[in-house]
Amino acid sequence: MTGDLPSAPPRRIPAGRLAVYAIVGSIGLALMFAPFLFPDLRAQEVAARICVFIVLVASYDLLIGYTGIVSFAHTMFFGLGAYGTATALKAMGPGFDAILIGGGAGVVAALVLAALIGLLSLRVKAIFFAMVTLAAASVMLVLASQLSDLTGGEDGMTYEVPRLFSAATKLLTDADGKTLRLFGAAMNGKIAAYYFVFFSSLVLFVLMLRIVGSPLGTVLMAIRENEMRAEAIGYRVVAYRTAIFCIAAVIAALAGVLRAVWLKYVGPDVALSFAIMIDLLLMVVIGGMGTMVGAVIGVVVMSLAQFYLKDLMEVGAAATADLPLLPDLLNPDRWLLWLGLLFILLVYFFPAGIAGTLMGKGTRK
Amino acid sequence: MSTPSLRTERLTIRFGGHVAVHGVTCAFRPGELTAIVGPNGAGKTTWFNLVSGQLTPTEGRIFLGERDITGLSPSARALAGVGRAFQLTNLFPRLTVLENVRLAVQARRRAGGRLLSRAAADRDTIAEAMRYVERTRLAAVAGLPAAALPHGDQRKLEVALLLAMEPQVFMFDEPTAGMSVDEAPAILELIAEIREDRSKTILLVEHKMDVVRALADRIVVLHNGELVADGRPGAVMALPIVREIYLGVGAEKAA
Repeated sequence: MTGDLPSAPPRRIPAGRLAVYAIVGSIGLALMFAPFLFPDLRAQEVAARICVFIVLVASYDLLIGYTGIVSFAHTMFFGLGAYGTATALKAMGPGFDAILIGGGAGVVAALVLAALIGLLSLRVKAIFFAMVTLAAASVMLVLASQLSDLTGGEDGMTYEVPRLFSAATKLLTDADGKTLRLFGAAMNGKIAAYYFVFFSSLVLFVLMLRIVGSPLGTVLMAIRENEMRAEAIGYRVVAYRTAIFCIAAVIAALAGVLRAVWLKYVGPDVALSFAIMIDLLLMVVIGGMGTMVGAVIGVVVMSLAQFYLKDLMEVGAAATADLPLLPDLLNPDRWLLWLGLLFILLVYFFPAGIAGTLMGKGTRK
Repeated sequence: MSTPSLRTERLTIRFGGHVAVHGVTCAFRPGELTAIVGPNGAGKTTWFNLVSGQLTPTEGRIFLGERDITGLSPSARALAGVGRAFQLTNLFPRLTVLENVRLAVQARRRAGGRLLSRAAADRDTIAEAMRYVERTRLAAVAGLPAAALPHGDQRKLEVALLLAMEPQVFMFDEPTAGMSVDEAPAILELIAEIREDRSKTILLVEHKMDVVRALADRIVVLHNGELVADGRPGAVMALPIVREIYLGVGAEKAA
């Protein structure tokens, strides 16, 4: 931030910061061309999930990293967007009007709920606020499972998405009338859906970058650093806290809309459960709180581990089949053990998160 | 004589059975520097907290000019013109010196709600913040995080934040506390500069009597939460009750 100040002497960008920008830039490019670089179906699922989760984790970072608000209701807002979209698509049939109305309703519900929770409880101590969000999220989870006529209960619900996003839709055809393939990627509706998710996520992420660099962003950091002094120089802390809580909720709900459109399925496991909340927490901590770009790194590291660690271990187990003990340790069934170990190592070597620790290198005096 | 810029009426706060500030009625005029003195636990900082809004009085009212500000939040009072520097350094530690000051300028300009412009591109706010940084002789460390400054510079930054708020009423709570002998004069010079202006109301809680003598137009003495003396420095210092409660120990030792 200080780089733009008129009085600050021109400074070279520290190596750590450069490394982080290089990593995030490559991730951005990889996601941009993911359908061509990684044409198989599973990789596309992973890439789309990464896009949506970057938005979700970055919006959570606005709260926990920038403002110092601990909330456990972030997946609730995500779920509102996803369930709103899904319910409308199921009721009204596949169309963009359904996405607009259902998604819009989910976003508005998230905004209203966030404003209520914020105004009623952001005055109280942080720990009570965290408990209130936990309670609200639990109620929502119970509601989703009880109102099964509307939500599909524990099983969730499947639905159709607009034809443009359907895998059967041929966007480009070759001479024989078959779906054209470019660099191994089929030019069907799935690729349209991916780029819908990718560009929407990109817009939301850039919006959040603007917010943290704006005057509002500096006030959020001031509140995190010293709430009492922020109030004493003239900032209404409760109003700012409520505002950012609402903004983060709306962005999370929009991420939920993207998730619902991509998956064609919504259920507690993919849009509402506390397991997702814990994933968010881990991703934001691993990436680096209060850095925004940390969200990108955290989501990618964690998603790749969750999706590919098993595969890697299978290869490892096969390669070491003749050795004692090792194949047992590398048995894919034990992947959670290794995931846990990976987290511990990451937190140990990158105490401020990967982005946070790298960017701190070379800048401390 | 001009109308008071700040007035407290029977201001009282109780914590359980303990009355920390008891019925303090007092008015302050623009252009006047009032030193508030009294032994430890006299209620000076508590009275400050009541005026700047960190505490809510049990009884009594506070007026800024004609306006009753008793029910206002600290942020509303800050925007209304009550500025406060704190006794214990109270900054934004991981933000730079310039960012600290910029936040105060931005609050006064009511620009904190802008969420899509770039804070770093707001040349006006930055240039104005830089003026306060220079005025407090912190230009050389403008880019450092507040936490990295030596204690004396942190105290200066406290003052810079207060200046940047451009208040009507300046409240300094032991501005030279914990400063070395060669650091203190810089802060006192700054306070003297504000006083030169003769348009602001300055309240100064201070223990060091030489500082009080050098700067104060008027002295208010608090003791056990009550106002026991109020007047010109010479007259107040000569009062027997003041000598007894405040200077008594020192006078006996000297004798």
